[in-house]
Amino acid sequence: MYNPQLTNDGKLKHLLSIEGLPKHILTHIMDTAETFVGVAERDVKKVPLLRGKTVCNIFFENSTRTRTTFEIAAKRLSADVINLNVSTSSQSKGEAIIDTVNNLIAMHADMFVVRHSQSGAAHLIAQHVPNNISVINAGDGRHSHPTQGLLDVFTIRRHKPEMHNLRIAIVGDILHSRVARSEIHALTTLGVPEIRVIAPKTLLPKEVEKLGVHVYHDMNAGLKDVDVVMMLRLQNERMSGAMLPSTQEFFKTYGLTPEKLALARADAIVMHPGPMNRGVEIDSRVADGTQAVILPQVTYGIAIRMATMAILGGGVA
Amino acid sequence: MQLPDPETLLSEITTKIKNNITANTAIVGIHSGGVWIMERVLANIDQTLPYGTLDAALYRDDYAQRGLKRSTQPANIPFDVQNKDIILIDDIFYTGRTTRAAINELFDYGRPASITLAVLINRGGAELPIAPQIVGATILITPTQNFKLSQSEQGTLALALENSQDANHV
Repeated sequence: MYNPQLTNDGKLKHLLSIEGLPKHILTHIMDTAETFVGVAERDVKKVPLLRGKTVCNIFFENSTRTRTTFEIAAKRLSADVINLNVSTSSQSKGEAIIDTVNNLIAMHADMFVVRHSQSGAAHLIAQHVPNNISVINAGDGRHSHPTQGLLDVFTIRRHKPEMHNLRIAIVGDILHSRVARSEIHALTTLGVPEIRVIAPKTLLPKEVEKLGVHVYHDMNAGLKDVDVVMMLRLQNERMSGAMLPSTQEFFKTYGLTPEKLALARADAIVMHPGPMNRGVEIDSRVADGTQAVILPQVTYGIAIRMATMAILGGGVA
Repeated sequence: MQLPDPETLLSEITTKIKNNITANTAIVGIHSGGVWIMERVLANIDQTLPYGTLDAALYRDDYAQRGLKRSTQPANIPFDVQNKDIILIDDIFYTGRTTRAAINELFDYGRPASITLAVLINRGGAELPIAPQIVGATILITPTQNFKLSQSEQGTLALALENSQDANHV
């Protein structure tokens, strides 16, 4: 099967989505990320791998947080970084995506990090660029956000290395979340035996069971004995119409409080991709509690993005 | 060719390393062979020294041609490099490119007072003005040949001479 992310001999060429990536590539990215975790604690927080290369962050949709982590990652690899917020630039003048990309190719960029509100935008760009340029998807519509999925899985592996023994619950707005899809694919590929999704019917995609997950509408039942609780952000800005009665009502039923967390295993960890809506999907006592690994997620996210760029930016032996 | 016993070479360089120890000495092994040797050296000297490991992969000059190797190991330098006399250990000295990369990596942790390179075997073929100061044996081989050091479960070292078509710079 043709996979635009891989070269003919199966090496990573672009990172567009976790779907279709074999286990050994996911493991390679995570193992490489381990070597980058320590770099930030040194005197010199840089390694010279991408010296002289230009990484271009093309953000057709705003996301300061994601852009910043990619920017830090590229800079710690010694790359030069150009940030383009196209939403505020030529797209408003009617320039097509490919024209924007062609301009950047003419400026000799070596790697594109692409964020777009439409699914498939990064794929489109990957198919268009010449062979020496790699594309990383930094989120496209509801479709995929592979580095976020990878950093979540990396966080789990660092805290709970026995992945084939884990019970993991993903809670909240699955419908609008591109993170949830990436996570489910990564966790399944890495052999996690039980993945639960906990959400109201209105916030679940149709046929979600086909992804191989167990569906719960009752949070108390769904959290019972899990090792990992992955909270999702309630995406108010992506919602149209009356999907929810109110955020207070949502918190009452699906918000993670210390009482609900007590149903999970005593050593369970709590994750959140950020930014958090405190008092909507997560109680501050949990967000700031000892079981939360929400800030380590941010740190590991840099290492995962460095690993991805380091693998894509190197020569192919 | 009669290959030397790596265990004999190990005890020779251990003696030489002992003679080089100062009040500020720290030992750093380069993955993988250099780390095995470092562990054996540390076990055979009767004092505790700060030590660490590195994998110079992130500093190599062949990244643009070869990319990152699959099994990159995290560096672990738990001591302050500043003003230390560092004894850097590798198994086989060849082109000097790994040493160059390792020196660059060490300098990103601080400014050492000195770096001394100790290797089990110098196989000849340096491409840079870099040479080991502590050497178990010098055995010149051709670019199509390769020394391969391995370690048993008990930690005993074994040495083999391989012939390859591709002149691998390891």
